Amino acid sequence: MSSTAIQELVNQPYKHGFVTDIESDTAAKGLNEDTIRFISAKKNEPEWLLEFRLKAYRHWLTMTPPAWSNVKYPEIDFQNISYYSAPKSKKKLASMDEVDPELLKTFEKLGVPMNERAALAGVAVDVIFDSVSVATTYKQKLADVGIIFCSISEAVREHPELVRKYMGSVIPVGDNFYAALNSAVFTDGSFCYIPKGVKCPMELSTYFRINTQDSGQFERTLIVAEDGAQVSYLEGCTAPKFDTNQLHAAVVELVAMDNADIKYSTVQNWYAGDEKGVGGIYNFVTKRGLCKGVNSRISWTQVETGSAITWKYPSCVLRGDNSVGEFYSVALTNHYQQADTGTKMIHIGKNTRSTIVSKGISAGHSNNSYRGLVRIAPTATGARNYSQCDSMLIGDQCGANTFPYIEVRNPSGKVEHEATTSKIGEDQLFYFQSRGIGAEEAVSMIINGFCKDVFQQLPMEFAVEATKLLGLKLEGSVG
Amino acid sequence: MINSNARTLLDIRGLTATVAGVTILKGIDLTVRAGEVHAIMGPNGSGKSTLAKVLAGHPAYEVTGGTVLLEGKDLFALAAEDRARAGLFLGFQYPVEIPGVSNSSFLRLSYNTVQTGRGRDELDPLEFDDYVREKMKLLEMSPEFLDRSVNDGFSGGEKKRNEILQMAILEPRVSILDETDSGLDIDALRIVAGGVNKLLSADNACVLVTHYQRLLNYITPDYVHVMESGRIIKTGDKALALELESRGYDWLLDGGTSASAKAAA
Repeated sequence: MSSTAIQELVNQPYKHGFVTDIESDTAAKGLNEDTIRFISAKKNEPEWLLEFRLKAYRHWLTMTPPAWSNVKYPEIDFQNISYYSAPKSKKKLASMDEVDPELLKTFEKLGVPMNERAALAGVAVDVIFDSVSVATTYKQKLADVGIIFCSISEAVREHPELVRKYMGSVIPVGDNFYAALNSAVFTDGSFCYIPKGVKCPMELSTYFRINTQDSGQFERTLIVAEDGAQVSYLEGCTAPKFDTNQLHAAVVELVAMDNADIKYSTVQNWYAGDEKGVGGIYNFVTKRGLCKGVNSRISWTQVETGSAITWKYPSCVLRGDNSVGEFYSVALTNHYQQADTGTKMIHIGKNTRSTIVSKGISAGHSNNSYRGLVRIAPTATGARNYSQCDSMLIGDQCGANTFPYIEVRNPSGKVEHEATTSKIGEDQLFYFQSRGIGAEEAVSMIINGFCKDVFQQLPMEFAVEATKLLGLKLEGSVG
Repeated sequence: MINSNARTLLDIRGLTATVAGVTILKGIDLTVRAGEVHAIMGPNGSGKSTLAKVLAGHPAYEVTGGTVLLEGKDLFALAAEDRARAGLFLGFQYPVEIPGVSNSSFLRLSYNTVQTGRGRDELDPLEFDDYVREKMKLLEMSPEFLDRSVNDGFSGGEKKRNEILQMAILEPRVSILDETDSGLDIDALRIVAGGVNKLLSADNACVLVTHYQRLLNYITPDYVHVMESGRIIKTGDKALALELESRGYDWLLDGGTSASAKAAA
């Protein structure tokens, strides 16, 4: 009865599972140095970038996939993946009007504002379809204040000195297995540069879409905020339903100089596989922000609802004195989804502060783990961290784990960790029902209450989307 | 107040129910009219709380026989939330805690859902705030309860006050209060009972499930029923409760059964 209501609620069908019928230019499966040269040549890249890729590839060959995380999956055959797929277009597009109507329809279906609606919403959007950035809106208005917001391919062509300076500066090519793979084969992504003293006048947003069945998506995002700059960046992800698994291995690097402020929000809704655990995206992502300057701040907020496997630890390296790192996360897993996600807060500068708020919700047969590292280096005098990791279980077939790692090497460091586990049970739902509130609304209210601390951090439109995504209704729970 | 011409609000006939395959209720008959206060007493395990939960629609219990009419409507044709909207209220013995959900949001959603179910207008947050603060005075509750999470970290007495506050807000026809007196000190008992008394009228009715006659010093019952092994074995007036207090349940039961041994414990 009531448990069925919970099941129905968390089992809402995946709405973004359609495939767009569009011709694409896809590379043959397999990975070797020739594949990398092919990608680099396709994109007309300078020699230094090809070298960057090859160096990463050679390093990758010496590495093995990480085995420490709490996820299980069959060995990935990296030779059975296509590393480049792009929607075919005859010529370079001059404006949004020339974008393939099939593509526009796709994003229309996804609710991505790409044209006038973007203007109304006041959001600048860069759209990545399979491997290629297909459209960036609002560019001129941003350029007027000196902000560069474009695809990473375009940035390589137009601003090579910036890309060369910062790419790989936060996540070196050999950082980990999947970051090395990304560095070798990344195809596109977003680049954003906020010059000194500029406060970005609108939210910047990237939508990622995987469309082709056997292609991997390896995008790369680089955001640099100069002294005193401020930016809020949103990322959304969807994919069609396939009964095979697609690999997504992204790298996101953020650099914040003195007094700069970067807020990075993600609503991840990749296809999660069906109720038997068939299909879905393998999401192996490396995200790291460097608080390079004094008083800088980097804030990660993520709502992870999709993917068959989520392996993701958005981190902050707090090098500048008084810099601040934040991580707010909601991870929802259902059916046979597996999530091993969390953060790393590396305190190097003096009086650095970090906050971690993680909310894991597990339903069905899923497994949801928080894994987090707080490291206070010997130099980080006066550093402080506060971590709160809460888990909620729906039903009794799912699992939740918390793996906190704490390393304090400076006696003045102060680290606090709190963790709770709760369960939506029959009695809780009955209590709501006996007050006239139906089970569905009850679950919404409980989950919304549970996630409140994280949703508050999201920009307004994303908060709405995230709330909807979790099957929540705001009515009655705000105020 | 007994008035034999008053409308019947709750009519229970031959009710039987099981939990996990074990029969707990073995044939309950009970008629509750408007304006009446009924007390149901009896030893532990006699089925008092089960009766309360079965009426409210707890999913763990299965009704295996009998009928219950709430103002003439078939109660078992209604889902638990619809029973609440139809005017049935259960005051919980152990109200659950709901961290993260503010009491004011919960109360307002509950109120508006029930109002809508009755074809009345909802209150917006500001109007509701005025409404609920007025009701809180009945129970001498401080407004800070509105900002706290539902029952989260409440003391036993605070939880029970919060239950009666919900009764005050929802204005039910029939309130079943399951051991509302347990865990209350004497001051809290006086306040909670005083609140219930103010809510009673000629249009509604109340069924008190209790172990102790102590509560009945504050809320005077028109009828006292004694439950044992899933049946009502005796019905009387307030004097019966006093007699039970002085003599225990043994004299009502046949022989020194294990149930009576439990009751003495």
